[in-house]
Amino acid sequence: MADIEVPEVKEYAVVPMPKDDVMNHLKPFVAKPEFQEAMGYVGKKVHDDPKEMPEYVLVDGWKEKALDKMGDLLGRYRSLQVFMDSCVKCGACTDKCHYFLGTGDAKNMPVARQDLLRSVYRRYFTFAGKYFPKLVGAKDLTEEVVDDWYSYFHQCSECRRCAVFCPYGIDTAEVTMAAREILAHIGRGQKYANEIIGKVFTIGNNLGLPEKALINVLEGLEEDVEYDIEVPVKFPLDVKGADILLVTPSADFFAEPHIDGLIGYAKVFHQTNTSWTLSSIASEAGNFGLFIGSYENMQRISMRVREAALQLGVKRIVYGECGHAWRVGYSFLNTLAGPFDFLDQNYPIPQHICEFTLDKLEKGELTIDKSRNDDKTVTFHDSCNVARGSGMGTEPGGQFTIPRAVIKGVCNNYVDMEKDTIHDATFCCGGGGGLLTDDLMELRVKGILPRATALINAKEESGVTHMAAICAICKSQFTKVLPYYGFTMDQIVSVHQLVSDAIVLEGQVDPED
Amino acid sequence: MSTLIAALLVLATLFMLGGLARKARQYRATPAPLKIPVTPAPKTTGGVVLRLAKEVVLFASLFRASKWTWVFGWLFHVSLLLAFVRHLRYIIDPDGIFGFMMPVIGLWIVQIAGQYAAFGMLIGLGGLLARRFLVARVRYISAPSDYLMLVLIMLIAFSGFMMSFVPGFAVDIVAVKVFMLGIINFNLQELPEGIVLVAHLLLVVVLGFVLPISKLLHIPGVFYAPTRNQVDNPREKRHIADWAKPLDETRNNYPELVASREPKSEEAK
Repeated sequence: MADIEVPEVKEYAVVPMPKDDVMNHLKPFVAKPEFQEAMGYVGKKVHDDPKEMPEYVLVDGWKEKALDKMGDLLGRYRSLQVFMDSCVKCGACTDKCHYFLGTGDAKNMPVARQDLLRSVYRRYFTFAGKYFPKLVGAKDLTEEVVDDWYSYFHQCSECRRCAVFCPYGIDTAEVTMAAREILAHIGRGQKYANEIIGKVFTIGNNLGLPEKALINVLEGLEEDVEYDIEVPVKFPLDVKGADILLVTPSADFFAEPHIDGLIGYAKVFHQTNTSWTLSSIASEAGNFGLFIGSYENMQRISMRVREAALQLGVKRIVYGECGHAWRVGYSFLNTLAGPFDFLDQNYPIPQHICEFTLDKLEKGELTIDKSRNDDKTVTFHDSCNVARGSGMGTEPGGQFTIPRAVIKGVCNNYVDMEKDTIHDATFCCGGGGGLLTDDLMELRVKGILPRATALINAKEESGVTHMAAICAICKSQFTKVLPYYGFTMDQIVSVHQLVSDAIVLEGQVDPED
Repeated sequence: MSTLIAALLVLATLFMLGGLARKARQYRATPAPLKIPVTPAPKTTGGVVLRLAKEVVLFASLFRASKWTWVFGWLFHVSLLLAFVRHLRYIIDPDGIFGFMMPVIGLWIVQIAGQYAAFGMLIGLGGLLARRFLVARVRYISAPSDYLMLVLIMLIAFSGFMMSFVPGFAVDIVAVKVFMLGIINFNLQELPEGIVLVAHLLLVVVLGFVLPISKLLHIPGVFYAPTRNQVDNPREKRHIADWAKPLDETRNNYPELVASREPKSEEAK
């Protein structure tokens, strides 16, 4: 574990006093100009000396370019225009952000984060800011302001918790996305997000797993599962004419505990005789276009799902466990890559794997032995993008009840964490929104504090042993960062890992302990 | 003096209404290209109306967020509404088209409530102002205009309070009505005597000018936030902004998509 000062965990979340410049040193690595240009952005390198560390600077004319972009976005996004105007500085959001609670940095209060952009908006786009800047807190756009933008708009995971509490529905995620889009247009793209998007276009998924490697992984998985339980559970790839195309985050192909979730989906499909396939074109559910606020990139990535569905001739699309992917899948896919009139209209398009599994559970098509999970007391982490940016089923709030119903359908011991940390008040894992990168480790360790506090309380009060999640980023963040708070990696589980552990397939032979 | 104040009142009213209309038009004209309601969100238009009504009438989200801010904020806004209703009597001609409202506005209870609303406004605004000074987080995010706005409305409420409750500052309200109706009917009348009345009206003029160029734009803004006013039906209905339509037409041509349609060579396998 890296040497990072872990915040002290109190009995309940304590709201810190806001302090200046606690976290302004933290900035993610800047994307290389090559990557920037491949995505339609710009970048500039200071020198070409291979012996020196590369240094990326703002492009020439950056100030005009930034203001032009801001004006462009204000005209294209009603959210941004309304949110820039309607904040009254009431302070309702100031104690709602996990990054503020974890770091105490004043600029991590949602309204203060928005104000980094709003003060510039006021200066250049409003009467009051043009003529009375001091009075209304308007600021000139300087390089220091851009530095603050780069720092603090990469300390927001776009989790939307502040938006739940804002009397005007102001969503900092929308402001952050706009700011990142502006930054990308003046040479300050973020390396992690932008290079991942590059990998999707050139290789096919976020992790850069080429098709051959994917085939190997899936074959290996088939062997492993058959070795374990003596049932030939299949992990099909690019099967034309399959009923279901499963789109899942590429972390499901090798990260722990993600892969146990993938095994869970495969077992559910196996037992219900469902014809399904993965796709090498759409071997990634994740869509980092969302994180950088780029409609164009988000659409371009989404189109891979449509292309795969068309080429394979499937009837349905099901999404695996991935939070932001589900926000894009549920809320945007139809808009960006629809209409899906060539798919079976009797099912939601796309459908979440939890919707699929719960349906099968309720119809009694799965053989479940809940006692196989009796060694665990499970709680569920509502992933921010699922909780506040999507839905499941037909009723509002299905995104809370359906995953819980799946867990309770396969586990005897389930408890919720504290009420103000679940459902739409859930805390981000601390690594969402394009921040799941080692260069932001300090932020990730501090930002997890509210979730860790709730989990520790659940452990002490109700004996919780495992926390389940339906998001690849949450799972990666938790397994890496919760050890700083005294948990072990295997205490984080996929929801379909629990299904996998409880399901009993025909002919299954359990390994002897 | 009467002419000057009348002119300022007219200008401020026109500026305020024009400014608000301009902003509302801008919000309506700006597309919301994606479905971004903060979920769980209503699945029907009726549900959205209810959601917005809960926000506008009860400040439901603020209630969840911060009880103190809610108490003071809600008290202020409700008191402002009561005071506003009371003041309608000054601009409604009993024989004009809005005359039918007079029996309600003229009710004793409406008028008394509107008077005592001054206390509600002062307590509410005082609480909000104190919060701005006392809570470090709120202090950090406050600009001078945030304090001044509260002070401005407090002064308006206080001057109104003086005319209603402090003997010696009382104003001939019948004459005020004659003056106001005179403006509306383009037949200017004398404003009755009273330094507090003049101050009250001038402060209102300032408020009228400030409103459409300040954070008081939360008044139209609350209705236009896509996070609250969108129906949650993205899987059922596409939602494409005009500017995104050209992207839709070219979306099949990305090189990696075109390449994926080529038959694979044996070697690649």
